[in-house]
Amino acid sequence: MLELKNISYQVDAEGQQRDILHDVSLTIDERFVAITGPNGGGKSTLAKVIAGIITPTAGQILLDGEDITGCSITERAQKGISFAFQQPVRFKGLTVRDLITLAAGRDITVSEACAYLSEVGLCAREYIGREINASLSGGELKRIEIAMIIARGTKLSIFDEPEAGIDLWSFNNLIQVFEKMHEKLGGSILIISHQERILNIADRVIVVADGQIRAQGNREDVLPELLADGATCSVLTDKL
Amino acid sequence: MDKIEKDLLEQVADLHEVPQGAYNIRANGQMAGRNTTENIDIVTKTDKPGIDIIIKPGTKRESVHIPVLLSQSGLQEMVYNDFFVGEGADITIVAGCGIHNGGDEESRHDGIHAFYLAPGARLRYVEKHYGSGDGNGRRVMNPTTIIELGEGAYMEMETTQIKGVTSTIRDTRATLAAGATLIVREKIMTHGQQLAETNFTVDLNGEDASTHLVSRSVAKDESRQVFRSVINGNARCTAHSECDAIIMDEASVSAIPEVTANHLDASLIHEAAIGKIAGEQLTKLMTLGLTEKEAEEQIVSGFLK
Repeated sequence: MLELKNISYQVDAEGQQRDILHDVSLTIDERFVAITGPNGGGKSTLAKVIAGIITPTAGQILLDGEDITGCSITERAQKGISFAFQQPVRFKGLTVRDLITLAAGRDITVSEACAYLSEVGLCAREYIGREINASLSGGELKRIEIAMIIARGTKLSIFDEPEAGIDLWSFNNLIQVFEKMHEKLGGSILIISHQERILNIADRVIVVADGQIRAQGNREDVLPELLADGATCSVLTDKL
Repeated sequence: MDKIEKDLLEQVADLHEVPQGAYNIRANGQMAGRNTTENIDIVTKTDKPGIDIIIKPGTKRESVHIPVLLSQSGLQEMVYNDFFVGEGADITIVAGCGIHNGGDEESRHDGIHAFYLAPGARLRYVEKHYGSGDGNGRRVMNPTTIIELGEGAYMEMETTQIKGVTSTIRDTRATLAAGATLIVREKIMTHGQQLAETNFTVDLNGEDASTHLVSRSVAKDESRQVFRSVINGNARCTAHSECDAIIMDEASVSAIPEVTANHLDASLIHEAAIGKIAGEQLTKLMTLGLTEKEAEEQIVSGFLK
């Protein structure tokens, strides 16, 4: 179970204090929680705060009751938090197999590594020896990123917009990956997404906007509200 | 051969014992072993230190090992090795130099290797440089490689210097006839106060000659590296040179490309990228549970793999 208590994150923007996150409190113990909301609303920042990449200016983070606010990225990873980046990182020289092995945290056989890649719909034999460099497409990198999270199999897996940079056709397959992962991964999945189909399979949907939690609940309650406003530009509605 | 020499041999040639096939082992300025085969002859030069390696036309699937070991502190030598690879031959040559300097005097090996490939010959040339020893004496290696590729000849050169060489100036000069191909892969890591300078000069003289130079390097601590590549396209030809360096600590790296097209159909490309390890690469590996130091090691060893 992950608990965020009064998390705030302020930055200094041209001499003015700006709240990226403001007093966010949240408990995640379901299997599948989705965070959605407008761009620039603080979703990715929230994910990075949980993974330890960003240090909040105030508040507390607890994992299974243990205060991890002061823990480094490495310590949190070791305690069971995984984070799939919105924009996967390229590595010259490191191969897909190297990264899957590092993710698994132990020496794995080629067939084990291949099994993880097959989970995300990649033909393993073609990919296992490839370098994580510019020769891989955005969609391929995204799948490898997800395969790494599956290989880790930790109690909390965070995905930052897994659909970003993936074509629609690939995305349809990816939904199935998440549906399956939902069944497979023992722990909780926290996924940032704009995709209705992802929100549809979530146990709970949280709307983050302007650095705050605007709404949360099951999808039946939150989705109609979300689609009713927010999506339309206020300048446009004013004109109408 | 003593423990130190065996260790050097393993580092520079991946050899535990004397190799299969043709070989010439030079230890502390003396010949420590030689074997020739029906197709590969090794002859000691009479006018200067060094050897001639003569490979008969059509020789296939054979290898030549010519490791050089220096374990006597203060030894300095200049050696000339000439390789004549006959028409249509297809072979591998493994050279390497290991210096163990446990004393305070400078140990130095300057090797001048000249490769003459007859038309249609193919060669894979592997060269490793390694230094060890805890003495204050400098470990210096200045390899010069001269390459002349005949029509349609193909040469692949892998040169690696990962550890322990105080100072190195590596000169490689190549001329390519029509249809010849030269591929060079260089890997260098420097640390401490080390200096590594690489100079490539490639003249593409014949139609459809091509070359690809790839240098990957890591400069740590206060070490300095200079990568200079001069490519002259004198006919219809293609060339690609790439210098990719990771800089760490207080190190410095320069990449100085010079590409000259003297023919309308010469197509020459140079790419150079120097930078520190990207923060997001470290972050990614840390989210997999690695410490920052472990992440750095993984990135560096993958880069130089």
